[in-house]
Amino acid sequence: MKHLRNTVLGLGVAASAIALTTAIAGTDAGSTPSISPKAMADALHLVMDSDRTIYTRKIVNRLVAKDKVITASEHFEDDKALVLPAQMFRFGSELVAKRAEDMPDVNFSYSLQSLWPVNKQNAPKTEAEKTGLKYVADNKGQNYYTEETLGGKKYFTAVYADVGVAPVCVSCHNEHKDSPRRDFKLGDVMGGVVIRIPLES
Amino acid sequence: MANRKYRLWPIWTALSALLLAGMSYAMLKGEDRTLFMPGPLTAGHHQLELACTACHSDPLGGGEVLQQACIDCHGEDRKKPFDSHPASKFKDPRNADRLENINALACVSCHTEHQPDITARNGLTQPADFCFHCHAEVGAERPSHKGMAFDTCKDSGCHNFHNNRALYTDFLIKHLDKPPVLETARVPQREFAAVLGELMDYPADRYPLRELTANDADAPADQATTAELRHDWLETAHARSGVNCSACHQPPDDSGQAAAWSDHPDQARACGQCHDLELRRFKRGKHGMRLAVDLPPMTPGEARLPMRSDAEHEQLLCTSCHGAHRFDVATAAVDACLGCHNDAHSLAYRDSPHFELWAQELAGELPQGSGVSCATCHMPRVDFDVNDWMSRIMVEHNQNASLSPNAKMLRPACLHCHGLAFSIDALADPGLIENNFAGAPAVQVESMELARRDHERALQETAELEAN
Repeated sequence: MKHLRNTVLGLGVAASAIALTTAIAGTDAGSTPSISPKAMADALHLVMDSDRTIYTRKIVNRLVAKDKVITASEHFEDDKALVLPAQMFRFGSELVAKRAEDMPDVNFSYSLQSLWPVNKQNAPKTEAEKTGLKYVADNKGQNYYTEETLGGKKYFTAVYADVGVAPVCVSCHNEHKDSPRRDFKLGDVMGGVVIRIPLES
Repeated sequence: MANRKYRLWPIWTALSALLLAGMSYAMLKGEDRTLFMPGPLTAGHHQLELACTACHSDPLGGGEVLQQACIDCHGEDRKKPFDSHPASKFKDPRNADRLENINALACVSCHTEHQPDITARNGLTQPADFCFHCHAEVGAERPSHKGMAFDTCKDSGCHNFHNNRALYTDFLIKHLDKPPVLETARVPQREFAAVLGELMDYPADRYPLRELTANDADAPADQATTAELRHDWLETAHARSGVNCSACHQPPDDSGQAAAWSDHPDQARACGQCHDLELRRFKRGKHGMRLAVDLPPMTPGEARLPMRSDAEHEQLLCTSCHGAHRFDVATAAVDACLGCHNDAHSLAYRDSPHFELWAQELAGELPQGSGVSCATCHMPRVDFDVNDWMSRIMVEHNQNASLSPNAKMLRPACLHCHGLAFSIDALADPGLIENNFAGAPAVQVESMELARRDHERALQETAELEAN
């Protein structure tokens, strides 16, 4: 059984994010202006959120809900289906982490979390995550910024609202058997993106 | 008095120096360095005890050297089919606290070598309930798991740290109520010949695909070939695919020049020209792993499993199982195995229902793919990713790939012919494994029922939501 593997779908977010980071955060001993962690996190999030919106609307929602030519599934390999938008985001994040190992100037991590996670490992864990996710859910349109210490290291942590941007977001989370909340509506804050940038090397 | 007190010092110093020199020589130049081993190796690595540098490649290196050694051999198998606990997950700062319990970034945190007293199955050197550290709340998250002991997570048919996804809940649900034996019980067919044209590293330039006849045989006239050898060759896919005598007996060197004729060519070079993937997988398993670190081939006499005494000195190379010239895969799939293996499970095979099917297939009474040989389960035909864009059904020559934990055998072997519930139960029954599956499983694993209850709960919840 020969079949093409679409395993590179996650490259979009990762490649753009890394390119942007190196472009804006590169420091050339005094001559180049530096950038604040907040501005860097905001820029990273803009790329992530745009790619995520495009994948969800123009690929998943169009092909699954509108044209009905393929399904999207958590078990995409067994089911020969599209990867879910949340998986797309996570695979990108994992690839970034791996590629950044060889880039000493590039140092950040990000994840998609929710107060109502289908996968319980994506529930907020640190105090900053818990406070931040609640803040962005309660204050629509606003981001949450703070600093925290994890594993003895200090981080700038930013939390951004993750909004249901297409009908498939809402229908899938309302119907999933492991979803702890089933009354989402289009445009609701369904979770958040957490970006961390270490403040010391 | 003082002189007498120090009289033995020169002798002591000389003896110490001699001992040190002897040990240094043994350590640096000696072939057998087992003297320096801190403890016996695990079942997975004992064959490598003469190759310390396979893992300790840099005497001055630290944990990163050992970690790289693990990844060099096991990295590929960790990624496929799915790595549930990838390093990237633990490098995320939000999981820094988890690493304080178990450093999941280093293989040796759970698989320490040379520690037989604390080593459990699969080389695990953590207490069996290690999942507790991160999943203590599972009972609250998954009511079906409430009250379960943490040393049962890894039971057959449930979880596997490295590939937790092979038996995910939806997969179990999809396979609920399948019968013990499926109506379409068949193993897939190999497809090397069918995809040759798409394999970029197949040497089609050197060996153009065409059917060769007896007159084409290009063995030099002074070589003592027999009619039997020529007949054996003519019967093979080799002769049908343009692979002549010289292809194996004069394999090209690194510069592409054909070597001088050899009656016993270097098999890695000869066979590896076209069967490189099979060879690479062979070197990953118990049969071929010594070749991967340039040790002499494995012999049954060095195995820890019971082997036939008359096979003790056989060397494990390609032709050990495939024979030369004839390359009969039916022989390789059963007779070759039983020529060495002498444990209860192997000895019970010829009295098993699986063998009965195999004998019927060989006799032409059943269609191809109906029989179950040793290889059907231990070297199964798997859809292997040749590269990023294609896969092909090939024989997995790493017999360890699906051996342990044995639930790894479900997908590549059992499920071609059996329902999932029956298969999980069978693999959890040690008595049934020992008698080579003659009979029905005597144990029942709970995982399918858990999935069923979870499924019914979800259906009910959805119905209630819709009613409101």
